[in-house]
Order: sequence, then C-alpha cells, then structure tokens
Amino acid sequence: MMDAGADGAPLIDLAGVTKVFGIGDIAVHALQGIDLQIRRGEFVAIMGPSGSGKSTAMNILGCLDQPSGGHYRFDGVEVGALNRDQRALLRRHFLGFVFQGYNLLSRTTAVENVELPLIYQGYARAERRAEALSALQRVGLAGRELHDPSELSGGQQQRVAIARAIVTQPEVLLADEPTGNLDTARGREIMDLITTLNRDEGLTVVMVTHDTDMAGYAHRIVRFRDGQIERVDAP
Amino acid sequence: MMLIEASRLAMQAIVRNAFRSILTVLGVVIGVAAVIAMVAIGQGTTAEVTSQVSELGSDLLLIEPGSIVHSGPPRPAAPFSDRDVDAIRRQITGLDTVSPLVARSATLIFGNRNWVSTVQGVEAPYLDVVNYSLAAGRFFQDGELRSGLPVCVLGATPKTELFGNGDPIGASIRIRQMSCRVIGVLEAKGASLGQDRDDLVLTPLRTMQRRIAGSQDVDMIFATVRDPAAIARVQADIEALLRERRRIGPQEEDDFDVADMKEIATMLGDITTILTGLLAALAAISLLVGGIGIMNIMLVSVTERTREIGIRLAIGATSAQVLLQFLVEAVALSVIGGVIGIALGLGLAWGVTDWLGVPMVVDPRIIVLAFLFSAAVGVVFGFVPARRAARLDPIEALRHE
Ligand SMILES: Nc1ncnc2c1ncn2[C@@H]1O[C@H](COP(=O)(O)OP(=O)(O)OP(=O)(O)O)[C@@H](O)[C@H]1O
Ligand SMILES: [Mg+2]
Repeated sequence: MMDAGADGAPLIDLAGVTKVFGIGDIAVHALQGIDLQIRRGEFVAIMGPSGSGKSTAMNILGCLDQPSGGHYRFDGVEVGALNRDQRALLRRHFLGFVFQGYNLLSRTTAVENVELPLIYQGYARAERRAEALSALQRVGLAGRELHDPSELSGGQQQRVAIARAIVTQPEVLLADEPTGNLDTARGREIMDLITTLNRDEGLTVVMVTHDTDMAGYAHRIVRFRDGQIERVDAP
Repeated sequence: MMLIEASRLAMQAIVRNAFRSILTVLGVVIGVAAVIAMVAIGQGTTAEVTSQVSELGSDLLLIEPGSIVHSGPPRPAAPFSDRDVDAIRRQITGLDTVSPLVARSATLIFGNRNWVSTVQGVEAPYLDVVNYSLAAGRFFQDGELRSGLPVCVLGATPKTELFGNGDPIGASIRIRQMSCRVIGVLEAKGASLGQDRDDLVLTPLRTMQRRIAGSQDVDMIFATVRDPAAIARVQADIEALLRERRRIGPQEEDDFDVADMKEIATMLGDITTILTGLLAALAAISLLVGGIGIMNIMLVSVTERTREIGIRLAIGATSAQVLLQFLVEAVALSVIGGVIGIALGLGLAWGVTDWLGVPMVVDPRIIVLAFLFSAAVGVVFGFVPARRAARLDPIEALRHE
C-alpha cells in the first residue's frame, strides 16, 4: 500500500491541524493549529494538562477521527483524501492503538481480545492463537490468557490492550497513557517493553503520559496546552 | 473477515443471550412449522384422495340430489326414488351396473352391547362398486334383495364392537326396531381421511326402505359404464333424463349432480388448494412477524454492542465486515428458527396425518424452500440493523456507554 519512503520525509506530518467539536456558542476548539512531524523510528511523548487536546490529537493520528482543518499526511499519503474503508485498512495494517480506557471486549478472554486484529488480517486460527499468546507473554501476562477482562486488574487489562496493539507488528504504536494505571515497577516494565520494540524493531511510538519519568524514555517530549503545542523538549 | 469467523461470532452472541434468542425466533419457528405441516398434510390428503378415487375407478358415476360440485349455498332438493333408478336402468344405454343407496344412522344392539353405526341399504353390485370384500359368510341373495328380508352384513367395526372375537354369523341383532340376522362380515379397510371405513352395516335396499327409512326414497345412485371412454356421453344422457323426470325448465340449473371420479378428485383438489393458500397466507404473516422480531432484537443488539463495534472498527474492521457480522447473526437466528420450525412442522404433520389416516408425504423441495426462506427473512430483516452497525462512527461508538 505504501512504500517505505525516503528517510528524509516524516512518517507522520501534521500541518495546521484543527479540531472543533460542536457548533456556535458551544463549539469547543480542542485543537487550534497543530504542526508536528514524527519520523520513522522515533519515540515521541505527548504531555500536557487535562483537556489540552492530547487524546483528540491521538485520535486523529490514529485515523479514527478527521481534523476539522489542516492536513494529516501518513507516510506521504493525505489521510483526508482516504475514504472510510481505506482508513480502516490503514489502521489495520500500520497502526496499533492503546486507548486511554483500555477498550477491551468484555466477556472475551485476554487471548481472544489480542487475536481480534489478526482476525481482520485474515490469519488462520492456529497461527493467530500462537501470535496472540506470544504477544501476551511479551507484556508479562503469561498464565492469564484465558481470563476475561472483568477478572483482570486495571494494569493487567492495560497490558492486554498493549498486546493487542503490538500483535500485528504495526508501523506506529499510538498509546494514550499506557502506564496510567500501573504501579511504578509495572510501568517501568511496560516502558522497557515499548523501548525495546522501538529500538530493536524500529517501531515508531507516540505516547501520551502525565508521568515525567515515563516521558523520560522518549526522544522528544511535545507539550500541549489549550489545543496548541506549547513547546518541544528533549528529555 | 471470513464467513466462518462471522458465523462463530454469531453463534457466540446467540448463545450468550439464549433465552432472548429463543423468544426472537419463535415467529419464524411458527411460520416455518405451519408451512411444513400444512404442505405435508395437504399432499398426504391429496395422495390419499387420489388413490381412493382411482380405486373406485374411472368408470364410476356418482348421482346425487342437490349439488356437490357447484359452488353457492346448498339448495334443498328432492331425493331420488326407485322409479328414477328403474328409469336409468331401462333408458340409459352403455351402463354396466346401477346401484342405489339409502343410508341412515342407527343404533345396533346385540345382547347388552350397542353401537351407533351407519346402515346402508344396497343392491347386488354395491360391493364391487365400492371395492369391499367379504371376510366371512355371504352376501345377499336375489330372494333376500327382492323381498327385503331382515338380513345384514356387518362392517369390521360393528362386528368387533358387538361380538368381540366371537362369530356373528347366524346371530340376530337389532337395528332400530328391526330384528335382523347377520349373514356376513366385511373385510376391514382401515381408517382414511379421519373416517373409519369399517363402521357400517349393509342391508338389502328393500329392507332399508320398508323397515328403517319408511319411504321409497333413494339417497344416492352409483352407476358404472361399460366403456370408460363413453362416460361423458352416459353422463349427459343421465342428466337429460333426470332433468326431464324432475321437470327442470330449460333455464333452470340442475338440482342434482352426476359426477365422475375425475370431477370429484378435481373438487377435492380445489378445496385442498384453497386451504393450502389460506394457510400459506397465515404462514407468510407469521414469517413477517418473525422477521420484524428479528429486526427488533438486532437493533437492540447493535445498540448494546456499540462499544464493541467501535473497538472492531478501531482495530481495522471495514464497514463491510461489521455489516457481515451482524447480517450473519440475523441469518443465523432466522435459520435456527427455520430448522426448529422444520422439525416441529414434520412432527406436527406426522401426528396429524397419522390421526387422519392419510400417508405422510414429505417433499424435500419444500424443506429446502422453507430453509432458504427463513434465511432470506434473516437477510431482509437483518439488513437495516447491520447497516446501522456498519455506519457507526468509530470515535462515537467507542465513547458510547
Ligand atoms: N466528542 C467531543 N465533543 C465535545 N467536546 C469534546 C469531545 N472530545 C473532546 N472534547 C473536548 O476537547 C478538549 C480536549 O479533549 P481531550 O480528550 O483531547 O483532552 P486530553 O488532553 O486527552 O485530556 P486528558 O488528559 O484528561 O485525557 C476537551 O475540552 C474536551 O472536553
Ligand atoms: Mg485524554
């Protein structure tokens, strides 16, 4: 679908992206002109106060939502020009998303939750199961494969969500507070895992976090305020 | 997503809400069961009627006062008399036998046992005409027929009811006020179309007229033609003769009926067709209601699972895949209903045909059709909910509580 691209061109390119929710007096200008380039293999942390537009930006990056204005190019492709199904395919093959609120299927075991994206990729059953089990193992959930989300702690659910995001070996991992519900030790394990994936497998990572320690694993820290990028720091 | 995955998901969803699913498919179950049962019963009945009619033969004419074939309200019509029978015998050419019949319901008494049966006053050719044969004893002799002697031949049912395993030949029974000697027993024919064909007693026509009915009237005349090819001509001759004898004006309609077996078969076939049509309409309504039930529950299901749909869309499901998932679920529901309905309908047909004494005819094409139809109900009524699911916005769906 997309070639690897020249290394000079950014994988993710946001130019003047705005997002307005609602209309008239009640309109919320969640994003007010975001310019951000992320290169292949980069690890970017997004920080900022609650309501500053971090999740809104992540949804746009994840092709789940469309900007109200501006341009989003993914690997040189204008996402705004893609139709609904093309965006679905882009999500399926290139993006892994960890949501702020896990978003696991209830009454569905951990391993089945992780298998879910592979179903849509057309994996055969046995192969799918093997991939899902290995992803669960990588996030440290071996032995919990057959538990429902309701039988798992918040942190464990978070890790199932991460396993589901990486099981397809995506180009980009978009993680909205992936360690928000974990204690420091567990949080570090997850960060070590993400760092490993980033360093060894070239996975591009965009991660929202409130935790300065966690942001310290990133190459760059993008700070949001009131729907704009306040500044970009090195950790 | 492959169809297999969609089917697996559908079964999972259906089993999770097993009770709700059963209630949902009830409409389809009833509709399909009705179709299957009525077609099987209708075809069984038709087969039985056809075989009985062909057993009676293509050379037989049935002459009755009133009108059985023509539509409209029944008109009172004068019965035939002995003189009509004589006239037919003498004036119509090409006839083989003419067999008048008078039938009355009567209580039979033997010792301390009694049984209500149909007594038929008949003449010599009757047994051949209706294909009965004797199991024991003998039939009426000419003298007995001419003089109207009190003798009778028992059908298998009154024989068993009055005599059990005993031998009735030579015994004396009472038919109404008449004391009557049993001279023969008919071979059993069994039940057919809900009717016991062995529940009858034969006496000579004269005996019937004088001692039981108390009149010279004749209820019905069976006539057989020598050459089946000439049956239409003979039929017309009899009609002309009877119109004349009954003084029916040229503009007036017949107040009697001369029917050959083909006509009777056609009439019974017409009745079956009308009944089948009516039941089919009922079944269609029930399937429609069933379909609406499925649509309703699928809409509920889509709303309940909005978040799940959001998750699937977010991880890369296309609209078509979500559509397929819910469409397959609707079809699975209706097909389950269809299969239960087919089983129930066959069971029902088995019970009813057994009770009616007709063969159970199962046309595999009807079963396939019912199956396909129930699947179609799922597709048609599952489409709107499935499309609603497929069109959900992923972000809004994910935010759904
Ligand atoms: N669907 C929506 N409709 C209306 N307003 C919205 C919607 N989604 C987000 N907003 C608003 O947009 C702004 C940015 O929200 P967003 O979820 O991006 O914040 P955030 O930075 O992720 O905050 P947090 O750290 O609490 O997750 C908020 O004011 C929020 O109320
Ligand atoms: Mg947020």
